[in-house]
This record gives sequence, structure tokens and C-alpha cells, in this order.
Amino acid sequence: MRTPPSLVSLAIDSALAHLSNISDLSFLPDHILIDLFLKTLRAGKLTEKILKLFIATGKEEVLSHIEALNIQLVLTPVLPTSKKNLRMSQIIDDNDVDIVIGALHPDLTSFLDEWRPVFSRFHLIIVKDPDLKDELTIPGGFNLHVYTKSDIDKAVGSASTASLFSGYSCRYFGYLISQKKYVVSIDDDCIPARDNNGGLIDAVAQHISNLTTPATPFFFNTLYDPFCKGADFVRGYPFSLRSGVTCALSCGLWLNLADYDAPTQALKPGQRNSRYVDAVLTVPVRTMLPVSGINIGFNREVVGPALLPALRLAKEGKFRWETVEDIWSGMCVKVVCDHLGVGVKSGLPYVWRKERGDAIESLKKEWEGVKLMEDVVPFFQSVRLSQAAVTPEDCVIEMAAAVKERLGPVHPVFARAAEAMVEWVKLWKVVRTQLSP
Amino acid sequence: MAQTSASPTPLLKDELDIVIPTIRNLDFLEMWRPFFQPYHLIIVQDGDPSKIINVPEGFDYELYNRNDINRILGPKASCISFKDSACRCFGYMVSKKKYIFTIDDDCFVAKDPSGKDINALEQHIKNLLSPSTPFFFNTLYDPYRDGADFVRGYPFSLREGVPTAVSHGLWLNIPDYDAPTQLVKPLERNSRFVDAVMTIPKGTLFPMCGMNLGFNRELIGPAMYFGLMGDGQPIGRYDDMWAGWCMKVICDHLGWGVKTGLPYIWHSKASNPFVNLKKEYKGIYWQEELIPFFQAATLSKDCTTVQKCYLELSKQVKAKLGKVDDYFIKLADAMVTWIEAWDELNPPTGSAELPNGKGK
Repeated sequence: MRTPPSLVSLAIDSALAHLSNISDLSFLPDHILIDLFLKTLRAGKLTEKILKLFIATGKEEVLSHIEALNIQLVLTPVLPTSKKNLRMSQIIDDNDVDIVIGALHPDLTSFLDEWRPVFSRFHLIIVKDPDLKDELTIPGGFNLHVYTKSDIDKAVGSASTASLFSGYSCRYFGYLISQKKYVVSIDDDCIPARDNNGGLIDAVAQHISNLTTPATPFFFNTLYDPFCKGADFVRGYPFSLRSGVTCALSCGLWLNLADYDAPTQALKPGQRNSRYVDAVLTVPVRTMLPVSGINIGFNREVVGPALLPALRLAKEGKFRWETVEDIWSGMCVKVVCDHLGVGVKSGLPYVWRKERGDAIESLKKEWEGVKLMEDVVPFFQSVRLSQAAVTPEDCVIEMAAAVKERLGPVHPVFARAAEAMVEWVKLWKVVRTQLSP
Repeated sequence: MAQTSASPTPLLKDELDIVIPTIRNLDFLEMWRPFFQPYHLIIVQDGDPSKIINVPEGFDYELYNRNDINRILGPKASCISFKDSACRCFGYMVSKKKYIFTIDDDCFVAKDPSGKDINALEQHIKNLLSPSTPFFFNTLYDPYRDGADFVRGYPFSLREGVPTAVSHGLWLNIPDYDAPTQLVKPLERNSRFVDAVMTIPKGTLFPMCGMNLGFNRELIGPAMYFGLMGDGQPIGRYDDMWAGWCMKVICDHLGWGVKTGLPYIWHSKASNPFVNLKKEYKGIYWQEELIPFFQAATLSKDCTTVQKCYLELSKQVKAKLGKVDDYFIKLADAMVTWIEAWDELNPPTGSAELPNGKGK
């Protein structure tokens, strides 16, 4: 039988998980400091900021360890910028980011282990699908909070839990209670992809880069993202449009199993996406797109309430091609972004989506989602919001009214979606008020 | 990765003309020989008509210099620019083929990341022969490419797409920057190979570069007028931009698609940024008015042909942009002259006798 962990080792583990919140380590006894240092190394959490913390203690043993391992501070040279007044991608504070994971599978060990080099710096919100019966298995070494059905019930009432947060939509609870500026969400059946050189792609860093550099929705740049290194605006691009606008949503892509609907997946069971398209581009204003929830990042402070769980299929299932909630949510966000004058980007980063499910089995259920798109897309392409709608909440309420009026009569699922949108905004206001200090 | 064997791209050698404007020489054609030799070339010689332009052996071509343009068009030749590559649109007008590919004489064959030579013409043909999807953005880009498809959420009713009118290619090495950007970043080179073709959504304008461009002449030809540039004009280097904005408004109105992305060519020559600045100077200010004009431009329902669309656009140019500068009044008139010349050289029944240029 294993010896239970000592209080000291538990304390060190806890310190490791919350390292980003610690500003001074010099009070620690030497042997504990060394232990913490070695554990930090093993966990892959030695960032520049944390290395400086250890160096600042001045303790000889730590310093000799650093020297022996030849660990060096990486100095980023300050380069003159040729783009005056344009916001370049800032180094963001880890504290500004929440990684929200909807757990549809109980065992998150391999998922989190694969993402460890990318996720371990950040705070994670893990929301367990209320329909999932088994206990979650989560490996250690992360700074995270887990929310289960009872937590959600307590926060919003069990009726809302059932109508809004089951299945893939459980992640929206995470968006609701997050306190951070940026949120990144990745499906729990995806692992980091590798780029053409074999290096691990840090999807979170790319989403943050997308969200902290301007978007350019008013005119198309043929060299894609002009704020990317080695690119710029092309000849013919008006100068008045070159400062861009805030990017509120970043839509990533998928290698291996692309996000196809069930009919397409069933028709081409062997097709795998192996094409790495090295581009990020802004989706132009008034252009609608199908936003896949598999791999996204967004600025919660700018558009948070507009990402919402509303369109639930009668036979919604636990495979992405048995849902359309994210497609609906994405189009709401796009309309809101277009109205508020902020941008949406699509392209990098890629994640690797694992094989799962049988599309043909899914086809035996109704093709409900596929059929509904015929009504959904024209609606979002034509919906117009009033000048009075100045916040995302206002926009969602106006959209819900339009959904009820124009789509409600077409299919009951739309009437329910309109109700869900209104309920969501109410919840958002209530929960946000409770959360603010 | 194993590629499923797709049907080979048709050569279209009797349906496509390659239009090349030149003022110096055509040595660059040697590098393109393996890809261009099957096709008919239309060479538009700008500048001094007494200069002899050497065309490499073995190419089937017709060549037009300024004297030919004046002879063929008579007074209407005033709409064709002089001392600017905008003169290339004369080549579109005299061509009898369904498709046009146009390329600058400082553009060479590029290599893809695997080191293989890129057959730019073949990619343009692929782009033009497969549909476009301007009504809804596909996040996996061109769904008709091998290995791609429409993503979840894409309505099935939109999956047939619409005819592709224009295929806009890109450039490795010297990117197509304006003069101010060139001055600030003289050393920047485009080394990013973006393996995508995508449809530019309806209602979205873009800067169309004429360096590496393919289009369906039967569909959109009359809209591809490259404007009044160069000698005697207050502006240069906006020929392709002008054509691109007019073309996009018309394509959006008539329900056709415009693609951008692959293929890449290797752009070898960086033109003098100070010379460019002089040419572009007015354009940089004017484009601030031009973009809102084109973004707001609407065409009436009875504009059912490209010519009608173009003529209506010319009226709007005169009315609204005439206030910006007198140049636009001249340009609007030239747009009308262009359509008249186009219709003369391309009558519907094709019974008119057309004078030929010098050729093999």
C-alpha cells in the first residue's frame, strides 16, 4: 500500500499549482525551495517569470542547479517597430486567460497530459457534462476548478441546467462564471497538432495572438493577416482601414478529423484533413460562417454574452455531428460583432482531432441539424439590429425577438432557442452581479 | 499522404489566351515554356512601337504595339492607356477565347514547399473550372479541392456553388506592396506559402492585382477594363485595382464568384518605390473615396449583362466621383468608350471582320 503524501509534499504541490500567483519565494527554507524548483522543472512550468522568482531568492543551491542545467534567461531584443500606433501582439498575463473544457468523457488524463505543456500556465475551468454519470479522472499539476451538475444546479437552478447546459453546451457554464478577459475552449477529444516542422502547436498562444492583434473586417487583405510577421497590407488597401478593430473571436481549425457533418463524414469515411494552411484571416463584415466550437478563443469582456447555448436538437447527441449548438452560437456572435464593429478571425491554430464515433450510426437518427441550416443561415444573413443595441446583451435580446417572430413559426426548436437566448441573458446578468466584488 | 486520383486538369489550350504586357523583353517566357508553350499568347507592347520585342522561338503569338491599337480602335484607342501596363486590357478585347490568363514579365515560376515547380496556369484553370461559394464562408476554404469539403453547418442548398469569374493568384518573394510600405520595409519578402484557395465573399471588396490573374472572359471580360493610367494621366498603378473593384461589384450583382489564393508565382523585380510613390500618390488619397463608393454601389435589376452593369457603373462614377476630381469624369467616359470598343470587336454573332495583329 502506498505511503500517503506528507503535508510538506502536499504544500509544495499546491504551491506548484498556484505558482503564477506567488510573487516572492525567498522565505522558503532551502530544502523546500529546491524541491519546488525540481518539481517545477518536471511539470514543465519554468517560465521566464518563474525562473526570475527562483533567481531572486539568491539561494546558492538553486542558483547552482540553474547553472548546472545551463538554464538561461531568453532575452527578447527590442526591435524598432515600423507600424506606428498599431497594437502588436502583447505578451499577455497568464492571469487574463481561462481555459474552459467541457468534459464529455470521464477520463481526462490523456487529454490533459497531452495539453500539459500548453495549459499548465493557465487556470482551467472544467465543466462536467451534467448527463455524465461517471466520476472525472483528472491528473495533477494543474491550476483548475471543476464544476459538476450540483455546482451548476446551485448556481442557476436545476431547470436551467437541464435546458441549457447538457452535452457540449456544458462549457457555456464555464463562460458564464469565468472571471478572465480571454477564454479558450477546446473539445476533449482533441490533442495538440504538430506543424510542418514537427513542432508542437501552442493553440492557446495562437488564439491569444489572434485576439490581441487587430482584425480587418472592412476590406479583404489578399495576403491574409497583415499583422503577422513577414506580411503587411497590400497595394490598394485604404490607409484609413489599416489600424483595424478589436478581434473578439478566434476560430481555429482541425487536422485529421475535420469538422464535417454526418452525411459528409459518412460519404467520405477515410478522408482526413492533412492540409496545414498557414494563415489567419479576418472574416469580412456581413459575411456569415459556420463557427465550430471544437477550437475557439474569445474576448469574454467584449462578446461574452453572445456565445450562448440555444439551439438544441431534439436528438442532440454526444458527437459534434449530432449537434448544431455551436453553429448557432457562432452566427449570433458574428452578427453581434458586425453590429458592434469588432472582428472575427478564422484559420490558425490547428488542433489534432481524434477519431471517434460512427457517422453512419448518427445518420440513422434524423438529419435534423442539417435540414435546419436551410432556415438558420438566411435568417442570420438578414437579421438587423437597431442602433439602440449597444451591448452584446442588448443584441442578443433583439436577436431572440427576431428568432421568435421569424423562425419560431417554422420549427419548435427555434421557439425554444429564442427562449433560451432570453434566459441566458437573464442568467448572465444575475450570475455576473453575484460574481463581481 | 495518399492522394485520391482526381481527373487531370484539362489543358484548355484552344480556349485560353495568355495576355502579356511588355515594354522590355520576354526572356521570362523561357522559364515558363513547359507550362505556356501549348497556348496562344497575346502580347501587348507598351511604349515605343518602333522597338522590336523579341519573342522566344516556338511560341504561338500575336503582338500589338501602339500603332496597332490606334489602327484597330481608331478614336476609341483613347481608352487604352499608354506607358502603363494597363494597356494589357487591349489584349482581353481582341482575344477570341473563353479564358484569359495574364501575367507580368517579371514573374517567374515559383516552387511549392516540397521544391516542386508550380504550374500557375494549371491552378488558375482548376480555380476557374470549379465553382465558387460567395454566399457563406467555408472555414476549410475551397471545398472543391482534393482533401477538403464543406464543413458542418454549411447549408446543402449552397453547396453547388456559382460559376467562378476570376481567379486571383499571389506572389512569393517581392510582395505587392504600395510605395509607402515598400519604403518602410524595402527588405521584406513574402516567404509564406499559404496552401489555400478561397472565395471572396459577396459584398466584400479586395485589391485585385493584375500580376497573376485568370478570368472567364466570356463571363466577365467587359468589366476588366484597366482604366486610364500612365502617360498624360494623373495616376498610375491603380489599373488593376480599378478593374477589380468594378468587377467585384458586377460579379456580386450577377451572382458569380471570385477566388483568391493559389497559385503563387515568383515576383522577381521590386520596382523603384520613389517612382511608384509619384504614380500612386493621388491614388492613395482617392482610394479613401473610391472604397466607400464601390462598397455602396448598387446596380438596378435591369442590369442583366456585364455591359449594362458597366455602363450603369460609369454613370455613377461620373455623378459621384466626378466631384472628387475631373479625372473621374474622363475615366467614366473612357469606360463607355471601352464598352463600345468591346462590343464592336466582340459582336454577338461574330460576323465582323477583325484586323489581326502581327504574329506567327
